[in-house]
Amino acid sequence: MHYTGWFQEQPQLAAARCHHELSGLVEFVPMKRALNEHCPAPRRAVALISGGLDSMLAALVVQAQGVHVEGLNFFTGFCVEGHTHAIRSTRQKMPRRNNALWVAEQLGMRLHIIDVIEEYKDVLLKPRHGYGANLNPCLDCKSFMVGKARQWLEQNGFDFIITGEVVGQRPMSQRRDTLPVVARESGAHDLLLRPLCARLQPPTLPEREGWVDRERLYGFSGRSRKPQMALAAEYGIEEYAQPAGGCCFLTDASYASKLRDLWQARGEKRYELDDIMLLKVGRHLRPRPHFKLIVARDAGETRYLQGYRGHFAHLEMTSHGGPLTLIEGEVAAGDFELAARIAARFGQGRNADSVSFRAVMADGSERLLSVVPLSPNQVPRDWYV
Amino acid sequence: MSEYTLDTTGLLCPLPVIRTQDRARTLAPGDVLVVHCTDPGALNDIPAWCRINGHQVLETVDGDNEVKITLRIGAID
Ligand code: SF4
Repeated sequence: MHYTGWFQEQPQLAAARCHHELSGLVEFVPMKRALNEHCPAPRRAVALISGGLDSMLAALVVQAQGVHVEGLNFFTGFCVEGHTHAIRSTRQKMPRRNNALWVAEQLGMRLHIIDVIEEYKDVLLKPRHGYGANLNPCLDCKSFMVGKARQWLEQNGFDFIITGEVVGQRPMSQRRDTLPVVARESGAHDLLLRPLCARLQPPTLPEREGWVDRERLYGFSGRSRKPQMALAAEYGIEEYAQPAGGCCFLTDASYASKLRDLWQARGEKRYELDDIMLLKVGRHLRPRPHFKLIVARDAGETRYLQGYRGHFAHLEMTSHGGPLTLIEGEVAAGDFELAARIAARFGQGRNADSVSFRAVMADGSERLLSVVPLSPNQVPRDWYV
Repeated sequence: MSEYTLDTTGLLCPLPVIRTQDRARTLAPGDVLVVHCTDPGALNDIPAWCRINGHQVLETVDGDNEVKITLRIGAID
């Protein structure tokens, strides 16, 4: 390497073979940048990849500066996935793919998907900063995920963290005053780089050290998606996921109301993975405080709910075509008749004089049951969760 | 070089991928892992995961009620 002037006159610096050896020696960013070009081992960053456009662009912008980027994707149990939608027969045409994996493949980077179902319970059940419009604890959630990324970074010897946050994009976690909260509470501090809005933030360590060029980062702000779309076009990205309603079910009003109902019925805020998966499937009706029906909406959901037959009392329609109905709660033999009369409304015998079911109790015992379907006005609106 | 099986039946995406990834970490390059799934999405996701992580898909079988994916562990995990 041949550097001239000031740099050559600094023996410690001249001896450095790459930017790794400069850390702490100098704040002369252009010189570090020059060294970076010769560095055999590029800096390594870990990017939070949701599968959406912003995190994809954030990773790409840093990759384009020669940094080695690997992705992290966290599975909380509430993630909106093409496959969860694909349970429904009517939605089988939606792309059956995991968007985070797809993004990683487009960018040619490795992706590590991490199961945080258990740890996430604390985030959702006791959020320090409360919930957003529904049951989304976005600020705590972001801090948690960036904190997990920081742990991963330490365990794997990476240098900094990338997220796709944009100032003012989201009302809770991406405000000018909450971005520093995420950096602080995650413990990532200035190892956290947000390439899409970095120019509006104080320089982070990767910028100050010259691992990335701040001039080639962005200053996006606000709710408009146009700057991201323009940047995507610049990189020739034509296809990307645009998940309606954000990255998780917790922002969905109808899902949140089912989750609140579950907690209320249990008398405490508690859930297991199967509980929250089932909230994504079927119509949920609670005719009595102590039990709820989950009625499949189509053959796809019936197939999915069949997997739960061993754990729930359930009703299988035998006289007509109709959906499988699971019954959740402490259901007594006498409750089956009401449950069956409701379930009969959702099958082909809804106008028949009688509809028959095979009623299976949670202990596996079964009996046959014939009931008169309820008429629509006998099913009050507030039974629907 | 050994052959192992992994049962992810009943799990929805991305859990079959996560379980495959976690199991792959415990295996040696060249080992073969046969993953059984019921979520047909795994037919896309496990091969995609293999491509980005340097593993080789040897066979995919899309059965009536089950999907089976056979992969060979690559050198990088
Ligand atoms: S939308 Fe869901 S996953 Fe995204 S930050 Fe909010 S709570 Fe977390």
